Amino acid sequence: MNTAVEIENVTKRYGDVVALSSVSLAIEDNEFFTLLGPSGCGKTTLLRSIAGFEQLSQGDIKLFGDSIVDLPPNKRPVNTVFQHYALFPHLTVADNVGFGLQRQRLPSHEIASRVADILEMVQLGSYADRLPSMLSGGQQQRVALARALAPRPRLLLLDEPLSALDLKLRQDVRVELQQIQHDTGITFIFVTHDQEEALTMSDRIAVMSEGVLQQVGTPRQIYEAPDNRFVADFIGDTNLIDVQVTQVLDQCATCVLPGGASIACNNMAGASVGAGHLSVRPERVTLGPVDGSALQGEVSRLTYLGTDIHVTVALSDGGKMDVRVQNSDSAAIPQPGSTIGLYLDIAAARLLVD
Amino acid sequence: MAQIGSSARSSVKGGTFAGLGPLLMLPSWVVIGFFLVLPVILMLVYSFLTKEFRGGVIWEFSVNAYDQFFFNRGLFGDEAPTIEWTYINIFWRSIWQAGLATVLCLFIGFPTAWFIATRSGHSKSMWLFLITIPYWVNLLIRTISLKFLIRDTGPMNTWLMSWGIIDQPIHIINSNLAVQLGLFYSYLPFMVLPIYASVERYDFSLSEAAADLYSTRMETLRQIIIPVVKPGIIAGCILVFVPSLGAFLAPDLLGGSKTFMIGSLIEEQFKGNAGNWPFGAAVSMILLSLVLIALMFYARSQSSARKATRAAD
Ligand SMILES: Nc1ncnc2c1ncn2[C@@H]1O[C@H](COP(=O)(O)OP(=O)(O)O)[C@@H](O)[C@H]1O
Ligand SMILES: [Mg+2]
Repeated sequence: MNTAVEIENVTKRYGDVVALSSVSLAIEDNEFFTLLGPSGCGKTTLLRSIAGFEQLSQGDIKLFGDSIVDLPPNKRPVNTVFQHYALFPHLTVADNVGFGLQRQRLPSHEIASRVADILEMVQLGSYADRLPSMLSGGQQQRVALARALAPRPRLLLLDEPLSALDLKLRQDVRVELQQIQHDTGITFIFVTHDQEEALTMSDRIAVMSEGVLQQVGTPRQIYEAPDNRFVADFIGDTNLIDVQVTQVLDQCATCVLPGGASIACNNMAGASVGAGHLSVRPERVTLGPVDGSALQGEVSRLTYLGTDIHVTVALSDGGKMDVRVQNSDSAAIPQPGSTIGLYLDIAAARLLVD
Repeated sequence: MAQIGSSARSSVKGGTFAGLGPLLMLPSWVVIGFFLVLPVILMLVYSFLTKEFRGGVIWEFSVNAYDQFFFNRGLFGDEAPTIEWTYINIFWRSIWQAGLATVLCLFIGFPTAWFIATRSGHSKSMWLFLITIPYWVNLLIRTISLKFLIRDTGPMNTWLMSWGIIDQPIHIINSNLAVQLGLFYSYLPFMVLPIYASVERYDFSLSEAAADLYSTRMETLRQIIIPVVKPGIIAGCILVFVPSLGAFLAPDLLGGSKTFMIGSLIEEQFKGNAGNWPFGAAVSMILLSLVLIALMFYARSQSSARKATRAAD
């Protein structure tokens, strides 16, 4: 596989604010790649640096092997779907979509046929002569997508393109976007702060926090094998248990839980003797009798979620654990106030250092 | 449901304001009637009266004023009428002068407005304030100061010569250029402020989107920025062009006899003993009609453009 984008040691400062701190990243050709992180972590800044709207303080960005940092935005074979679409209000849908093609000086019959094709693809064929202001949010979003796809860029950047849509529409567009990425073979860099969006759509995800790259991996790696507490906590729900690592031998760590029980853990992101953190997903904890359990506590709260019941257990040492019980197994649903034992799925529990 | 809701709302509104409506409109009707409709009617009536020597009118219907504007009947008024070019030429020259002043205002005003609109909050209001400061001074005084600045022995020429940039004074005073400079100086804020308001609302991500789609800076300016801020540009042009057309201070003080403009022509008719009130009123009416026709054409082109895009709906 070819590398589409190489981000090498990129740093971006705004005065004292460090928006990006030594970010290095390689994105493969034909990949649906997602930048995920909370608001303000530098996702937009990284995307704008690739598009050419920001000057890097340090580092290099290569597109298919060639450095592009010295090229102005209009010379980069990269197109962007802007967060608020930035459609040209005085141009019709067709002229918006054809804008890039016109600037590339394509013959007008070719522009017309390509615009028609791409509007067909995003199901806006009958809206070609409308102004953007006459379209709904979802339609505007598709015009923005069509406009960015029309010049057939080698790389498409999408900055939270779904954030302005309502939930139902957002779910439809997710599928559509994946389909379009698959059909066109264009590399997508997709920015979102929504972890569910990232997990369902991406080939790979880069998790960012405060300008620092935290982890890069497939959705499954990110969810099941987080590298640190931030990633474990940001992606999905998790229980973080403070443990003491007493021994590390051959990729197997012995951890002492707060209640004094000791478990052996071999799923870890590096470990050393001392303080550690065990991340256990709520669906990887089961409830059972107190005797023989690793942790015990009192059921403090049940939350009904439809398919699942969310059980909050207050531990005897003051901490709490979240547990998910499937709604199909009514015998497993405890009574609030009852004392109960917690059983961890050790293979799925991940030991984290920081 | 929606209908019931809206009718209920409007009945509440009606109940509150039904009697007050016309009363609330009264002040604006008084202002428009007193300061707009009445003077224009007065002007229209006067333009069809007979002139009295030493100013004033005789209350007797006459089309002489209009006849004098358009036709030449010889020195004693007994020859076959030919077209009178004198006043038409003055009109033409005035339109030309006002047009050039407007273009000058646009070329200086647009970048100025752009600069101000792209400053951050505090310095923005400071720049706006600075732009309007000269307008606290009377127009007559400002025009005379400009005359001082640009005359042959004025500071501009003295400094340019003392710095060795020129060795002869640049002769500007009493030329068309001086009049245009005067008009430019008089009406620049009328160009800057509406464009500023448009640029202020301009979404700069549109420029980024254009650059992202391979536009050079010039293409972005021509294809995106100018069309989007066009309402402000047109408002500015109208606000500069219309008063420039009727201006008389700048042409009187800065121009020579060859730069005579409509404003001066009208002013002359109402000043001193040489005046001709009906003729002055007629020239004003012709000027007013021209401006109204031009604005009507503009409004029609706008609404038909809007209709065209709505037809596509
Ligand atoms: N033009 C700018 N000037 C100053 N600070 C900025 C600018 N743009 C972004 N920042 C700062 O950089 C950080 C990252 O911003 P951004 O990339 O927009 O985050 P995200 O898209 O992940 O929400 C934020 O702290 C933000 O305040
Ligand atoms: Mg952002």
